[in-house]
Amino acid sequence: MTQTSEPIIVFDHVSKEFRQRGSKQSTRAVDDVSLSIGAGDIFGIIGYSGAGKSTLVRMINALEQPTSGLVTVLGERVSAMGESKLRPVRQKIGMIFQQFNLFSSKTVAQNVAYPLKLDHWRKDYQDKRVAELLEFVGLSDHANKYPSQLSGGQKQRVGIARALATNPKILLADEATSALDPETTSEVLDLLKRVNEQFGITIVLITHQMNVVQQIANRVAVMSAGRVVEQGDVYDLFAAPKQEVTKRFITTAMDGLPDPARVETMHEQWPGRLVTVVIRQRDITDAAGATLVPASGQNISELIARYGVHSSLLYGGIDTVQGVAIGAVTYEFSGDDAHIGSFLTQLAQDSDIVDFGTRADPVDYAQAVARAQLAVPAEGADADGEVHTLANDVEMLEQVDDVVEMNPEDEQSENKECA
Amino acid sequence: MMQMLTMQTGAALASRSDWTVLRPLLAQSVVQTLQMVLVTIVIGGALGLVLGVILYGTRPGNLFENRVVYRILDILVNIIRPIPFIIFLAAMQPLTIKVVGTSIGTTAAIFPMVVMCTFATSRLVEQNLVPVDHGVIEAARAMGASKLTIIRTVLIPEALAPLILAYAFLFIGVLDMSAMAGYIGGGGLGNFAIAYGYQKFDQTVTWTAVIIMIVLVQVVQAIANAIAKRLLRR
Repeated sequence: MTQTSEPIIVFDHVSKEFRQRGSKQSTRAVDDVSLSIGAGDIFGIIGYSGAGKSTLVRMINALEQPTSGLVTVLGERVSAMGESKLRPVRQKIGMIFQQFNLFSSKTVAQNVAYPLKLDHWRKDYQDKRVAELLEFVGLSDHANKYPSQLSGGQKQRVGIARALATNPKILLADEATSALDPETTSEVLDLLKRVNEQFGITIVLITHQMNVVQQIANRVAVMSAGRVVEQGDVYDLFAAPKQEVTKRFITTAMDGLPDPARVETMHEQWPGRLVTVVIRQRDITDAAGATLVPASGQNISELIARYGVHSSLLYGGIDTVQGVAIGAVTYEFSGDDAHIGSFLTQLAQDSDIVDFGTRADPVDYAQAVARAQLAVPAEGADADGEVHTLANDVEMLEQVDDVVEMNPEDEQSENKECA
Repeated sequence: MMQMLTMQTGAALASRSDWTVLRPLLAQSVVQTLQMVLVTIVIGGALGLVLGVILYGTRPGNLFENRVVYRILDILVNIIRPIPFIIFLAAMQPLTIKVVGTSIGTTAAIFPMVVMCTFATSRLVEQNLVPVDHGVIEAARAMGASKLTIIRTVLIPEALAPLILAYAFLFIGVLDMSAMAGYIGGGGLGNFAIAYGYQKFDQTVTWTAVIIMIVLVQVVQAIANAIAKRLLRR
């Protein structure tokens, strides 16, 4: 699974400061980031708005230059290159954007041909290449339309075709699916996956949606307040997040663990012992092969059968991350207390469980979760019982986004609050 | 000069509705107006486009960000543009003599018109480039396009429809300027209306000139609208 091959993009202690207008103060958008992205990776960079991920990715094609540190891309030190020297490097790096950034005055075919024109391709080669690319993204019938006549998903596919025109080695995707609905998002992600698999193009994907990372990335870095706070294989990060911000991203992507309000409702409906069992299909190991976090919940059915406990499956969510099942399911176990007790003891030996107790003898939510040491909704529930999700965090952040942009200083503190 | 003298002599001889005399004068006035307006629009429009792109490009945060250049040009445009053209015409006289060789006649009128048109155009161009999405410029940069290439192949094409409407607007402004050319012997429809209509109390003559101007403006505006509409349908 870990296929970290030769690094194609290397950040070496990179920082970026933006000086504010009319003042001597500056803001650190990227703070001492060292990161290495392997050839052939789909590398996700996840973080809240303003965490510095856009700035970071723009240093790869030198749209932004670092204040300090080195950025090496395809063996070239792009962090110290002039605009004219950058041109050939940039032609090896495609880029797609949240707002697609298609030329509205050019047709679909002309948009895709634009980078070829810049590269002085012969007209007949241009036409051939454009036809090829439009076929790859499934838009051959739309060659002569203008972008305004296309749907969001189609626009992004044009963006992808355009970014691939000059056979790049790297594709940068800046929130490429954030403006799309879930179904279209999946289509675009599938297309990106094909780009990666068929052409071996390394993809760097910025997003604030954990499910995007989950769906296609193999490696991921979590950014907060300009720093990379955690990075690794996607499955490892999902199964055993270390940082609070990572945990929050993950709980929003997987809601297998019930929130307090849900547990309360279940207690009302079901008198028996409520237990959430964490499902992890395999062990998480470090580079040396030592087990960091063991698999969990793999023998649950067998144990239920062996102990003959009465069980009802009430709640859960299991998803696959890189083909490995991960999630949580909640059961009600009823019957003799002592019998269930020994069953749970046995279950806990090979699995992570959260014991919420029975209706008559409930266990406090926070206590139950703390005892299990799991990734939980960080600040617990809001007053109305709603879990603090990423979706409403992002919404919140975006509401203040305009203010944030005018005053980048606040942006940083915003992030610290999140972290 | 000779031509002008005969023109005025001819006018003096014409009676109130003597269109046999007026008609060739009117035709000549139309030609003079078109000549002044077209030359001004072409030269002033082109220079204004360049100046406008420089204004836009040197704005803070743009491709050629340069606070000093932007401030200087910005102030210069702000100084020249509000001067009433008739006063500008007079104020420019010494420079006009140096450049054109004379300060009267159609050619002499064209020079200050071009200067004023350049500054007016530059502001209009700048204002119509500002709304162009920075995202498409960033996309072009990411593809390795040079700054000048971006201006030529992205910036101007993206703003083409509003730019065409801006030039139609400008045409009207230039037509307005040309009407004052009469004061320095530049001839044209404005002069015709004043000299043979207003000063001779002949409303028919005045209104003939007015209607021709209205028709000119309508035709230009209609063409511009049609082109812009086609471009905007994209």
